[in-house]
Amino acid sequence: MADDIRALTAELARDPDSLAFLELGETLRARGRVDAAATVARTGLERHPQDPEGHDLYARILADAGNPEAARETWEVVLTLAPRHPGALKGLAYLAYRAGDPVGALELLETALSVDPSDPSVVQALQTVRIAIERMEADAEVRTGADIFAGFEGAEYGLLLVDAQGLILGGVLRDGQGRDVAQEVAAYAAGAAAEAQRAVRLLELGEWRGLVAEAPEGHLHVSAPAPGTVLLVKRERAVPPARLALAAQRAGTAARAWLEAQRG
Amino acid sequence: MSAALARALDRVTRVRGVRGAMLVAATDGLVIAEAAMEGVRTNAVAALTASLATRLGRAARVTGVGPPAFVHLDAEQGAVLAVPAGTDLLLVTIADASVNVGLARLEMLRVVEEVG
Repeated sequence: MADDIRALTAELARDPDSLAFLELGETLRARGRVDAAATVARTGLERHPQDPEGHDLYARILADAGNPEAARETWEVVLTLAPRHPGALKGLAYLAYRAGDPVGALELLETALSVDPSDPSVVQALQTVRIAIERMEADAEVRTGADIFAGFEGAEYGLLLVDAQGLILGGVLRDGQGRDVAQEVAAYAAGAAAEAQRAVRLLELGEWRGLVAEAPEGHLHVSAPAPGTVLLVKRERAVPPARLALAAQRAGTAARAWLEAQRG
Repeated sequence: MSAALARALDRVTRVRGVRGAMLVAATDGLVIAEAAMEGVRTNAVAALTASLATRLGRAARVTGVGPPAFVHLDAEQGAVLAVPAGTDLLLVTIADASVNVGLARLEMLRVVEEVG
């Protein structure tokens, strides 16, 4: 047994009501002796049930022992005893972050920082959490599909990516009056793509590459940039079908990159 | 099939690369007339093409571009082309990869003008 542990144990034996259990428990925890630390903390709490530091120590031990739920409950007890306890705030923030809730963690850490603005551990944790939130927001933006075709000609009115069931993955489709018609067209486009695939299979024409509809007010191009997806491109009549196919090809490349990013 | 219709379909099949042509009911995909469709399951292809054209037509109307005047299904080894003939019919052409789509399109539009 290390000297410091031996000394603290002796001190606690001499005076069981002393707060030496806090230092002993923390020392044992820091050395990975979680079970011994838990025993010391529990014994100390029996004598000091209203001591927030004792509960904070026990919560840290529980977190180390892989029991986040019990740790959270214990830190909540700390906050009922000391509502702005920095240890409990940091501990709960850590649990929130680990549970995938960086926004919740941020709020707790900002409260902790207001208690002690110079606490380097809080400053460091805040930085980590803010990066996680930025990443999460960027991912959410990607998930909505808003940026799949950003910068592409027609991205504001005539590029739509849907899945094989006709559900929108991203993009925008508007009619001549600027009305959003994506939902309705998504179903038709997916249906047409499915029929196209069946037809070429039946005729043994290999893979289908595209489906073009030339109409009086414009053209549509339907393709499958990746398995299970359908891309619809709408352009005005002045755009020749061959150029429409090129636009669809480029949009298809962007769609594949977006889908790849989704999988990653 | 009338002699005039037979001649019209025959003209389409003379375009290089065209394997066959048929006139199909747009609503139910039934074959009305056909020419040079050997080795092709015409009924199934007709039904699929009619269904495909219907869905694409709905998409085109909703997007505001209007009813399609020409539909081109492009595949690795060929193509399926469709042109509406009147309100209820579709002229469908099956072609291999060597087809000149522009030429086939022109001939199909001529035929539709005659039979429509």
